[in-house]
Amino acid sequence: MSVPNIVTIRELSKEYRQGEINVTALNNVSLDIAQGEFLTLMGPSGSGKSTLLHIIAGIDRPTRGVCRVQDIDLTKLDESGLADWRNQNVGFVFQTFNLIPVLTAFENVELPLLLTRLNAKRRREQVNTALELVGLAERQKHLPRQLSGGQEQRVAIARALVTDPKLIVADEPTGNLDSNSAQEVLGILQMLSRQIGKTVIMVTHDPKAAAFGSRSIHLEKGELTN
Amino acid sequence: MALPLRYSFRNVLIRWRSTFATVLGIALVVFVFVLLQSLAAGIEKSSGNTGDPRNIMIVRKGSTAESASLISRENLREIQYFEEIARNDRGEPIISADVLVLVNLPRSDGSGEANVLLRGVSPRGVELRPQVRLVAGRWFTPGKREIVVSSRMANRFANFGIGQSFKAGTANFIVVGWLDGGGSAFDSECWMDADECRSVFERDLYSSFLVRPVDESAATKFLERIEADRRFKLKAEKEVEYYRKQTMTAAPIKWLGGFLAIMMSVGAVFAAMNTMYASIGARTREIGTLRVLGFRRRSVVLALLIEGALLALIGGIVGCGVAYLWNGYTTATMGFETFSEIVFEFTVTPRLMAEGLIFAVLVGLLGSFLPSVRASRLPVIAALKSV
Repeated sequence: MSVPNIVTIRELSKEYRQGEINVTALNNVSLDIAQGEFLTLMGPSGSGKSTLLHIIAGIDRPTRGVCRVQDIDLTKLDESGLADWRNQNVGFVFQTFNLIPVLTAFENVELPLLLTRLNAKRRREQVNTALELVGLAERQKHLPRQLSGGQEQRVAIARALVTDPKLIVADEPTGNLDSNSAQEVLGILQMLSRQIGKTVIMVTHDPKAAAFGSRSIHLEKGELTN
Repeated sequence: MALPLRYSFRNVLIRWRSTFATVLGIALVVFVFVLLQSLAAGIEKSSGNTGDPRNIMIVRKGSTAESASLISRENLREIQYFEEIARNDRGEPIISADVLVLVNLPRSDGSGEANVLLRGVSPRGVELRPQVRLVAGRWFTPGKREIVVSSRMANRFANFGIGQSFKAGTANFIVVGWLDGGGSAFDSECWMDADECRSVFERDLYSSFLVRPVDESAATKFLERIEADRRFKLKAEKEVEYYRKQTMTAAPIKWLGGFLAIMMSVGAVFAAMNTMYASIGARTREIGTLRVLGFRRRSVVLALLIEGALLALIGGIVGCGVAYLWNGYTTATMGFETFSEIVFEFTVTPRLMAEGLIFAVLVGLLGSFLPSVRASRLPVIAALKSV
């Protein structure tokens, strides 16, 4: 039996103006991503991989084409609809971790849950589960500045996981990490895909990082090359 | 769903170095606002504190203040026999015909001269004003050039010590006692015998009459009688009402307080705006992240507005706290009713403090409004790419 697709992209294009020039970031991209897949997007700088990731995650809009995630056409959602959709369906991991510096690890992970109807007790349980999953249960009262880069990124992964989204997107998640921390983070993302069935889409420059994925696609000048 | 309050609160605390100047600026605005309003409140309190609810004050019709009123001795002769007026143990009507004179006296610190209100009171005058107590020395002797000065003015004017003497008009007066008006307008007066006062200052006429009616119904009847009798051309009203209306001096101070506060608050709003722009500019990516996580624009705006309001509230608390140090401090200014020095206390009331804090929060909200809206409108992608 074939695994259903979580992401369906058809003839997707993204153009924007940079001063007087029209820039084509994505050109007629069509792509299917299966549920539970660990897909890595590779390509040189400016190839459009981050733009594709942002469109799939609902934080950018295409100029043309279709992007359906879990049968929802993201191009049909307005700003508020997209915000709600992101909260319920996507977990984000950024290259620069993007933790809120004034909040503790626990509070950072709890942030997306504040937008749900869960009560404080349930929220606490879910945050603890997410932090345990990334091996940081004992660091939950630490502020981001009291954590190492690898630990910060693991907190960010816990935050991405905490709402139990089907899709996790990661934009160069190891770009700011030493090799040991990078291995840890990639190991966690791989485990999320293989053992928990999350669909992980990761942008990376690094072929070693891409090796953790189940499939890798390459973009160049806004087009898929394989 | 709003961002947690601790997010806004900790952002204020964590950037205390950069927000310190803004907090101080807002504190200064609130301090000036509360202090000037407390001056006005002190003057109002002093007037509002004055008088006995049983007494009726009579002045010339058309005169706004006792000091600008003139009443003839014939009027006194007629009115004192009205049956509505109570009598004391000796059967004398309880009425005081007072003379008010402005005298220019040197200040004790040598900084020039100021007008002092001198009240010549009839023998019943002291009895009619139980809130005025003698706190040192003795009362003046009728027929002598003796004077009792307000204890609160004693250190403000030269030769106001007991046993000392000063010249006013053509005569020398000996200070024989100090009075305390209990926080009333009488704290700004010096008292002497009415007839002696008229003689020294060559006044043929009285300024006002103060009357104690037999009871409440007699008081009503007395008021109607004075009003109805066209021979007198006098105006009678309850003493407390009369003094409650004498708050003209407070009005310009209130206005000045409001005006200064508004002018200064314009600066404070810009300071708060600047701080918030800097604070928000330094965490554009953080705001982008919140948007990515699903927080809506209005949640971001609300969190930043709360942050601005908290920042200003801290300033407001500091401003109110410093202003409160002045509470109860006695000072003086020129009264516009009498053109004489009036003594009063800074009165920082809970209401004034609340107004100061609300004022501060408004400054914070105004200052953070534009930066908050701007931050929330930034496209998510652009915010995330911000360094």
